[in-house]
Amino acid sequence: MTLVGWLQIALVFGLVLAAAAPLGAFMAKVHAGERTVLSPVLGPIERRLYSAAGVDPAREQGWLGYTLGMLVFNAAGFALLYAILRLQGVMPFNPQGFGGLAPDLAFNTAVSFVTNTNWQNYAGESTMSHFSQMAGLTVQNFLSAATGMALAVALVRAFSRSGAATVGNVFADITRSTLYVLLPLALVTALIQVALGTPQTLDGSVVATTVEGGQQTLALGPVASQIAIKQLGTNGGGFFNANAAHPFENPNALSNMLTIWQMLVVSTALVFAFGRLVGDKRQGRAVLAAMGILLVTAVGLCYWAESAGTPLLAGAGLDPAGGNMEGKEVRFGIAMSAMFAAVTTGLSDGAVNAMHGSFTPLGGMVPMVLIQLGEILPGGVGSGLYGMLVVAILAVFVAGLMVGRTPEYLGKKIEAKEVKMAMLAILVLPAAILGFSAVSAVIPAGLAGPGNAGPHGLSEILYAYSSAAGNNGSAFGSLSGNTTWYNITLAVAMLLGRFAYIVPMMAIAGSLVVKPRLAASSGTFPTHGPLFVGLLVGIILVLGGLQFFPALALGPIAEHVEMQAGTLF
Amino acid sequence: MTLAQRIETSAQPDGPSTLTAQARPAIVLVAAFTLLLGFAYPLAVTGIAQAVFPVEANGSLVTRDATVIGSALIGQTFTRPEYFQPRPSAAGAGYDGLASSGSNLGPTSQKLSDRIGESVAAQRADGVTGTLPADAVTASGSGLDPHVSPDYALIQVPRVAKARGLPEADVRAMVTGAVEAPVFGLIGEPRVNVLPLNLALDALDR
Repeated sequence: MTLVGWLQIALVFGLVLAAAAPLGAFMAKVHAGERTVLSPVLGPIERRLYSAAGVDPAREQGWLGYTLGMLVFNAAGFALLYAILRLQGVMPFNPQGFGGLAPDLAFNTAVSFVTNTNWQNYAGESTMSHFSQMAGLTVQNFLSAATGMALAVALVRAFSRSGAATVGNVFADITRSTLYVLLPLALVTALIQVALGTPQTLDGSVVATTVEGGQQTLALGPVASQIAIKQLGTNGGGFFNANAAHPFENPNALSNMLTIWQMLVVSTALVFAFGRLVGDKRQGRAVLAAMGILLVTAVGLCYWAESAGTPLLAGAGLDPAGGNMEGKEVRFGIAMSAMFAAVTTGLSDGAVNAMHGSFTPLGGMVPMVLIQLGEILPGGVGSGLYGMLVVAILAVFVAGLMVGRTPEYLGKKIEAKEVKMAMLAILVLPAAILGFSAVSAVIPAGLAGPGNAGPHGLSEILYAYSSAAGNNGSAFGSLSGNTTWYNITLAVAMLLGRFAYIVPMMAIAGSLVVKPRLAASSGTFPTHGPLFVGLLVGIILVLGGLQFFPALALGPIAEHVEMQAGTLF
Repeated sequence: MTLAQRIETSAQPDGPSTLTAQARPAIVLVAAFTLLLGFAYPLAVTGIAQAVFPVEANGSLVTRDATVIGSALIGQTFTRPEYFQPRPSAAGAGYDGLASSGSNLGPTSQKLSDRIGESVAAQRADGVTGTLPADAVTASGSGLDPHVSPDYALIQVPRVAKARGLPEADVRAMVTGAVEAPVFGLIGEPRVNVLPLNLALDALDR
């Protein structure tokens, strides 16, 4: 580890915080339905969309209507994307002449992009036409993030409103999230990315005759417009197979900083917006502090493990000071590769600028654990905030048990129904991850997947279902996922991780919104101070540890021990 | 409590609540957003990018004698001794622009150990002694890494100088001059882009 490395990490976090505070204030206004500086431009578009769709934004929905509306909207998006991928061969903007996707791959990919996962069992440059990338994948990059943001705002309203029946209008929330937050940020940052070197063209590939006389096909396309929203929406699906390690997606150190900033900024801003919307900015800062402590620790652990290198590399005669450069790009180095890995999984992004499967066992365990902790540090757009608030409900419940009082959070009494629903939501992740991993580790169709032998092979399976159920999308890339077994089961894990979590979470919102908001009394456990931050951090670690430590012991931890003993598989 | 909040908290659900009532807004919005986000947005970015940043928007192509010989951002294969060589690549057969990929081999992989062993042997055959730079025998994440570390470029100087019949000091000076420093001495890693360095060497002969 170097001082310059740490300074780079600190600089990116600093730039995120500097932008997230004002962006959060702006988002709080947008979601309160107030006028903003962008209203003169976007207001007419917004109203035209409402009138075409027959939406009256003032007519609000209860939690069930809101949730059903979200499900119908996502189902429509899935159907369209599936059709586009299957019919790719007859669609325009296909300069390379790619054919349609097979049914299981199209199903997996459509589920993947609708659930904000962006697990990719295909290589973009040799599979997807420009039409599929733009009209299919780019659109769902926006809409899945807007869906997450809308749901988070609905849950925040359940806390901020007193004795109400409604949590908002789902179509208005999705429309506002897209138009006022995601689209302007994407437009501006996509152009910055082009300036830094990312291609943006409708032409197909260029064939170069290399200096030594060989042929090299340079795959081009509308890259910048897609990768801007891929990062801002914490989607993570690359235009190219190598994702943000590909020099066209991420040409240099500045573009790398920009992509990390893009990943973090909307989710972080949403935490600031949360503080404003519940009328107590300290509440937002406390939640952010818990996220920050865990995320910075994770970056540090990954940076340390990757800087340490491996016995294999040192034994071959490599300079130990260089760290583990297998799967990493020279222009990013160890520090910014480690930071990217921790951030992409602390969020639910899943873009990679270095190959996690070639990380050291402990360095690769960091992103895996961050996914298993629920991707709430600060998590995906919307999904991070509502995930963290569910954990906060459990935290005040535990605190209430310890002191023998009815727990409250943000003035709302937390009672049996909320805790039951929170537990139901929390259990989705371990059930999907451990269940599917266990089956895949014993049946032939599952065992055919891993490309590495030994404990690393189990890590590949465990990482895949963690990534799918956690809606992350990154991978230990040696797993051959484009098989019927993995296409279908990973898609099911993605659907469970997204929607089986959302329904109980929204039931909590429905239960809370009708309750009166109580003023804090001397008996109220304060949820804006260091004690609560510590409690939240503890609950996150205890939950994750209890659920996943046994599986981790068989995968990355066993591999670390074998590696130190000099074993190769 | 403000007036807006009082109105809001007294609201009863009167928006659509059933699946059927929500089908129209859902379908219309998905279609409308496909037009806006799937066409208007990327085409607007394309239009502006092509007008303002035509070189970058088209892949930062490098031409010599009116032929496209590569991209300044994408590494390519060099095997001849008179050229500086890039890192090992796992993209297809090596630097395949249609198959970007890392090796995805783990730290306890026998295959990785064998591959690195071969690369190290090749370096030793070139007369390189001592510890090797970490990037010299490891494959990048993309398989298209255009850069090498300054250390890896420097250990290739004797071979390149000998093959071209140039003084080592001259070649070393070219490498030093080709090192791209971190922005503000902070952002990024010091690195050498292999393609322009090799083109500069070729230009000496012309």
